[in-house]
Amino acid sequence: MTQKITAHDVNVFYGEKQAIRQVSIDIDQEDVTAFIGPSGCGKSTFLRTLNRMNDTVASARVEGDIRLDGEDIYSKDMDVVQLRARVGMVFQKPNPFPKSIYENVAYGPRIHGLASGKSEMDAIVEQSLTRAGLWAEVKDRLSDSGTALSGGQQQRLCIARAIAVDPEVILMDEPCSALDPIATARIEELIHDLRGRYAIVIVTHNMQQAARVSQKTAFFHLGELVEYGDTNDIFTNPREPRTTDYITGRYG
Amino acid sequence: MTDRAPTDWRTDAMRRRIVRRYGAERRFRMFGLGAIILSAGFLAFLIVTMVMQGAAGFTETRVSLPIDFAAAELTVTPEQLRGDRGNLALAGAGLEGVVDGAAGAAFAQQGGAELLSDGAWLRVRDTLKANPGMLRGRTAIDVPVATDIDVAYKGDGTPEAEQVVAALGDRLSRGLNRDFFGNADATDPTRVGIWGALKGSLLTMFVTLILAFPIGVLSALYLEEYAPKNRWTDLIEVSINNLAAVPSIIFGLLGLAVFLGTFGLPRSAPIVGGLTLALMTMPVIVIAGRNAIKAVPPSIRDAALGIGASPVQVVFHHVLPLALPGILTGTIIGMARALGETAPLLMIGMRAFIAAPPEGLTDPATVLPVQIFLWSDEVARGFVEKTSAAIIVLLVFLLAMNGVAIYLRNRFETRW
Repeated sequence: MTQKITAHDVNVFYGEKQAIRQVSIDIDQEDVTAFIGPSGCGKSTFLRTLNRMNDTVASARVEGDIRLDGEDIYSKDMDVVQLRARVGMVFQKPNPFPKSIYENVAYGPRIHGLASGKSEMDAIVEQSLTRAGLWAEVKDRLSDSGTALSGGQQQRLCIARAIAVDPEVILMDEPCSALDPIATARIEELIHDLRGRYAIVIVTHNMQQAARVSQKTAFFHLGELVEYGDTNDIFTNPREPRTTDYITGRYG
Repeated sequence: MTDRAPTDWRTDAMRRRIVRRYGAERRFRMFGLGAIILSAGFLAFLIVTMVMQGAAGFTETRVSLPIDFAAAELTVTPEQLRGDRGNLALAGAGLEGVVDGAAGAAFAQQGGAELLSDGAWLRVRDTLKANPGMLRGRTAIDVPVATDIDVAYKGDGTPEAEQVVAALGDRLSRGLNRDFFGNADATDPTRVGIWGALKGSLLTMFVTLILAFPIGVLSALYLEEYAPKNRWTDLIEVSINNLAAVPSIIFGLLGLAVFLGTFGLPRSAPIVGGLTLALMTMPVIVIAGRNAIKAVPPSIRDAALGIGASPVQVVFHHVLPLALPGILTGTIIGMARALGETAPLLMIGMRAFIAAPPEGLTDPATVLPVQIFLWSDEVARGFVEKTSAAIIVLLVFLLAMNGVAIYLRNRFETRW
């Protein structure tokens, strides 16, 4: 197994408050990794350190060592804009741009100069929408507004938008929490299809979802990484009593 | 603890409460409706009065003046009448005297040349230039009358003027006052025009807009999107908010001291007026712009950052287009306030008597509200209707500006 991201002794502070304590974790290239844990346990915060989205929070401070393919992403040489193109992100609430479906997908490749000409761009848009499982539904109305789609379609559009810049890793922050069960099932299928091409990290509240989509699971509690291992082991044979309590529904 | 008794929803007390509630609802709706009707009534009253008084300001009274050019022996040939040289030729040939003489002959009982407006001979001149053939014969030309006759013909004159109007009978007529849209200020109310002030306002607003809009929007963007939140930015924010509340005459004094005193820019010039009003308008644009930028959902910024847009790309591709309708609304409110502003412009000398429309940004000029203020202060009766007419022009200008703003806002509005 190749390790895409390695994090070592990561601490995150919001002002005086410490949100993440001494987290060390290796993310595999080939697997879907799920972060689970009760609300406020820091799993989303940790996810956002992996593409430096926490930089936008003025009071946030990150300590420790996070490497993408061996490169320190917090070093001065790392260009944060390019990092975010390489490590794409899908957010909790679908947030398409209030522009056409085509423009939503084409925006990323355009600002990074990934397509030279209209036909190449068309190809990227089609491929991204196809991979996100949305092409068949929208191919006849690419000029409609992205915000006119249903919630599940919007979320898949956001996934297509992330895919369009050809990232190496896709981070998903509770991508199904605003969706109905059918749309959720579509997204889960999609995650399944995308596995292997991209390293995927998904934060979820829903333990069944973690069990369904992931191969590795990390359990966070109060800013600490309590347990990390194969999803099967975590759910059937957890080592830590806190994990057992959470999985059996004693808190959370 | 004892259990609560089940609530009886049908007691008299309950019923009274319901009646009172309905009464309160009805009263509130009536008050609201009353307030709307009252303000609509005031607005209608204002518009009706202005239009009724001002409409006469757009018209002039003319008298049919018979002139015998053949007998007057003007030493001008029809060829000399073309272009600007024709004006000089006719003035040099003593056309004004000819017109006065003709008036003296035709209206000896009614005051002769006194009956005509100071600008009557100019009307004769323009008619001659349009029809050079008239030089060789007798003809009658409609020329504007003096202001007291004009006012009397419109129904509000002195008894003496009323007698003159009655004596002239159907030799008087009424027509659209084209000079009002082409001239600048004058001492004779029949010759004044709004064009000078309108052009001054346009030039001043132009300077204000090209200074205040970019500076205001860029300040708002920087403060919202880039500036760190610390004591300095708090101080700047408080200062800007205070600046928006500073009485406008203070800005006039500032403009007087800085632009005229320190930089030595010309007095009464649209560029100085524009600079002064830009100082006043900028804080309004900054505040409106910041609110509009704040209203752009953070999820859009996250989305753009998340696929690797740089902060500048986030701002110019996403935040600014979404905030633009709000920014435009704020800008137009600021501009409308600037357009109606009189006090600061008095300070920098824009209240001077200026008889020619400005040709550029540094020419002496006045603006619509100052012109209204000046005319309202005049003694001659003819200025009353001119003041109202100027107010109508100002209001139409304002409405046109608002119309453009609404159009732009709807065009840039994004449907979610």
